[in-house]
Amino acid sequence: MQMQTEHAHEPPRGWMRWLLTTNHKEIGSLYLLFSLAMLFVGGIMALIIRAELFQPGLQLIQPEFFNQMTTMHGLIMVFGAVMPAFVGLANWMIPLQIGAPDMALPRLNNFSFWLLPIAFGLLLSTLWMEGGGPNFGWTFYAPLSTTYAPPSTSFFILSIHIAGISSILGAINIIATIFNMRTPGMRLMDMSLFVWTWLITAFLLVAVMPVLAGVVTMMLLDINFGTSFFNAAGGGDPVLFQHLFWFFGHPEVYIMILPAFGIVSLIVPTFARKRLFGYRSMVYATASIAILSFTVWAHHMFTVGLPLAAQLFFMYMTMLIAVPTGVKVFNWIATLFRGSISFEVPMLFALAFIVQFTIGGLSGVMLAIVPADYQYHDTYFVVAHFHYVLVPGALFAIIAGVYYWLPKWTGFYPSESLGKLHFWLSVIGVNLTFFPMHFSGLAGMPRRIPDYALQFADFNMVSSLGAFIFGLSQILLLIVIYRCVKGGKPAPAKPWEGAEGLEWTVPSPAPLHTFEQPPVFDPQRDSPSRA
Amino acid sequence: MRSVVGLLTIWLLWPLGVAAKEGEGVDYGSRWNMTTGVTELSREVHSLHMIIFAICVAIAVVVFGVMFWSLIRYRRSQNKKSAHFHESTAVEILWTAIPVVILVAMAVPATATLKKIYDASESEVDVLVTGYQWRWRYEYLNEGVSFFSNLSTPAEQIKNQQQKSDTYLLEVDEPLVVPVGTKVRFLLTSNDVIHSWWVPELAVKKDAVPGFINESWTRIEEPGTYRGQCAELCGRNHAFMPVEVKAVSQDEFQQFLAQKRAQAEAEKASESKQWSKDELMAKGEQVYATYCSACHQPQGQGLPPAFPALAGNANMIEASGLQGHIERVLYGKSGTAMPGFAETLSAADIAAVVTYERNAWGNDAGDVVQPETINTMLGGEK
Ligand code: HEM
Ligand SMILES: [Cu+2]
Ligand SMILES: [Cu+2]
Repeated sequence: MQMQTEHAHEPPRGWMRWLLTTNHKEIGSLYLLFSLAMLFVGGIMALIIRAELFQPGLQLIQPEFFNQMTTMHGLIMVFGAVMPAFVGLANWMIPLQIGAPDMALPRLNNFSFWLLPIAFGLLLSTLWMEGGGPNFGWTFYAPLSTTYAPPSTSFFILSIHIAGISSILGAINIIATIFNMRTPGMRLMDMSLFVWTWLITAFLLVAVMPVLAGVVTMMLLDINFGTSFFNAAGGGDPVLFQHLFWFFGHPEVYIMILPAFGIVSLIVPTFARKRLFGYRSMVYATASIAILSFTVWAHHMFTVGLPLAAQLFFMYMTMLIAVPTGVKVFNWIATLFRGSISFEVPMLFALAFIVQFTIGGLSGVMLAIVPADYQYHDTYFVVAHFHYVLVPGALFAIIAGVYYWLPKWTGFYPSESLGKLHFWLSVIGVNLTFFPMHFSGLAGMPRRIPDYALQFADFNMVSSLGAFIFGLSQILLLIVIYRCVKGGKPAPAKPWEGAEGLEWTVPSPAPLHTFEQPPVFDPQRDSPSRA
Repeated sequence: MRSVVGLLTIWLLWPLGVAAKEGEGVDYGSRWNMTTGVTELSREVHSLHMIIFAICVAIAVVVFGVMFWSLIRYRRSQNKKSAHFHESTAVEILWTAIPVVILVAMAVPATATLKKIYDASESEVDVLVTGYQWRWRYEYLNEGVSFFSNLSTPAEQIKNQQQKSDTYLLEVDEPLVVPVGTKVRFLLTSNDVIHSWWVPELAVKKDAVPGFINESWTRIEEPGTYRGQCAELCGRNHAFMPVEVKAVSQDEFQQFLAQKRAQAEAEKASESKQWSKDELMAKGEQVYATYCSACHQPQGQGLPPAFPALAGNANMIEASGLQGHIERVLYGKSGTAMPGFAETLSAADIAAVVTYERNAWGNDAGDVVQPETINTMLGGEK
């Protein structure tokens, strides 16, 4: 039956096939490959930064190029690597997990992917423009990013717009798919946590990406059309920029972690051979995190001079958001408790995620304490915090997901021995890089500086060494993926014995078209919330 | 498993080794923890930090303890059959409530300290701190004293051509001087982009935002020199605009103010005399190094296109370019990074630096500009 429909419309061949594809699996692969490429582009920039910071003094690059590197590194990792990776996983796995034949809006899906290479091609091209690329940090505070910005800033704004449109369209597609395309009998409370976390993430995206679009448009007007939204000399307000940016920016950081929670919530039960503890409370915790994430943005602005009442409000709300975050961690650990646990590569990355994300969450709680944040803010302590949640956090979860689903995508198991080597080198490298940053930050090292005072030298040297270990060991990831596409130990439909979910009912590798007939779903038997 | 324990041990122990090596570099509080500082507030902030840190470590120990114990105790080879339980409302309520209690316990002292920090009333000395790309300006309100504070680390040290000093990147030509035992209020603003004025040992960090005036305060107990840096990315030389605060006795503070006033008088008087070319060149070289060379580079070669070259610049090798040259230095060029220096520098400084630029690095306009000329151009306002 599958064979018949596959021939109903012959796909174009060669590169046109990839340009025109509307198939969720192919688009998912495109997203993932794009994200992988951006991971290496942004990673090279990080290594340039760390090479300059290996010792005090200016050795390799000049401050203006250093500032372009920190800015581009942040923008590319956030918008080019982490977010597209999650969208790629969503494309591949959401239809498979809800028993849908494809995404609800396949052509839109194609369009939202192809916007990305355009956006990032444009963004990268600014590095070769007169005056250089963006150099004002990934948070691009005005007026450094308006009145004092290089001429290429208008192109930067355009690329943010394009990437933003791509995200919004992708999110709309995911919402439409989850609401309309679930197999008969599957209620919302029967969906996997990956689907749930993505549904909530998609709502966050739709809510905040337009705010980002608004704020960059105001910048565009200030730069090119003589308005003064953020220009104090013209009666504007530079602090308004920060309110708008962080109203987008804080939910954005949760956009980068909620799908990671989803992935880990699938992998941990699989390898503990035990059902996820507290499915419902996980869903409620995710939703509360999403709602609270709109009420904490000014914790990034504790030093800009807000009134006392505002400082207190944002401090309390930020502390509050740690509660549902903690609930998630406790539920994962309760899932492990009295399980029958094995340590395949996806599980190793997921367990490392739990530990390292928790470290980042705890430093987040410290940052919420306003008087202490006066000392932490804009130092390497903050850099340590957000890298802990994003690299050994979100990125590790993405890698865990890739190892977990590779057998489904390629039909072969990824190499267990190379995978373990990749895991251990990554864990050592990432912690060697980011843990010392807590110390250099507490000792007083400001972030975003190309040169530093002598008392910060030791920790910076360790961080730089760690960064090269971590960066280079990601070449192993490339090798593992390449070899897994080419061959290896053949994987059955359900390659992990403890796994649950509809994605494991289709063959490995998953054929181009799946679930053309909606699969049978019996909530009593198949739902993760069953009694 | 053993490697994990090993890693943890290394994490915990190596800062001790690093801390033991104190001595190189300036003592800037601790090498790997927040400084206790030298004010009542800084000590309070430090103890708040240590309390929340201890609580976080305790949480981590419990959570990771249970986690690693489960991983070991229930690994596959030890536990073939997993249990079946998968939810418990009571447990969920419990581990929602306990964190709330812990967080409230943290919030109470934090709120109290924050309230104190926000009370800047009844100050005895008021200093207006203005951020500039890339220097600080300090003005003692109602005292008639103001000056700029620039990085004094030589470029050779930054370029690794010279041994770096102990106060590398944390030293300025003119530190902010404040009296000890006195409530000093800082009013912060900026002339261009956002900067952030930070001295860890005072636990004061406040953004300097153009168009806004922020407030902060300190009362330093110990005489001494306390160093910090700009904390908010403010462009090319963000790493190179340190803060240096010198706390002295009341008497010394009054002497300092008197001496500053006398210095300003002398400066004013020198503007009406005729300067020799050598005098102008010598002063000009200094001014250039402090205010111009960051962008236009020490040899005037610039970094085109953002920062044009001055060596060989048409305006600076032809006599007819003089007027334009002076105006550019006085008023800057809008839409670019070039600021106007009419407000920042004295007439003598401007005359000297213009003369220098016209006669250095092979430029041979040959003309000499007197401070009087500058004052005339400014309509005698200086
Ligand atoms: C328990 C949860 C968390 C709390 C309480 C928390 C708290 C904070 C606070 C207060 C800051 C501002 C620090 C400062 O600039 O002085 C901050 C910065 C940041 N956090 Fe978190 N955080 C949490 C979790 C996360 C997560 C899950 C992510 C992302 C996956 C994240 C990403 C970031 C980023 C990117 C920044 C810095 C942005 C920048 O200034 O460049 N945080 N966090
Ligand atoms: Cu935030
Ligand atoms: Cu700065």
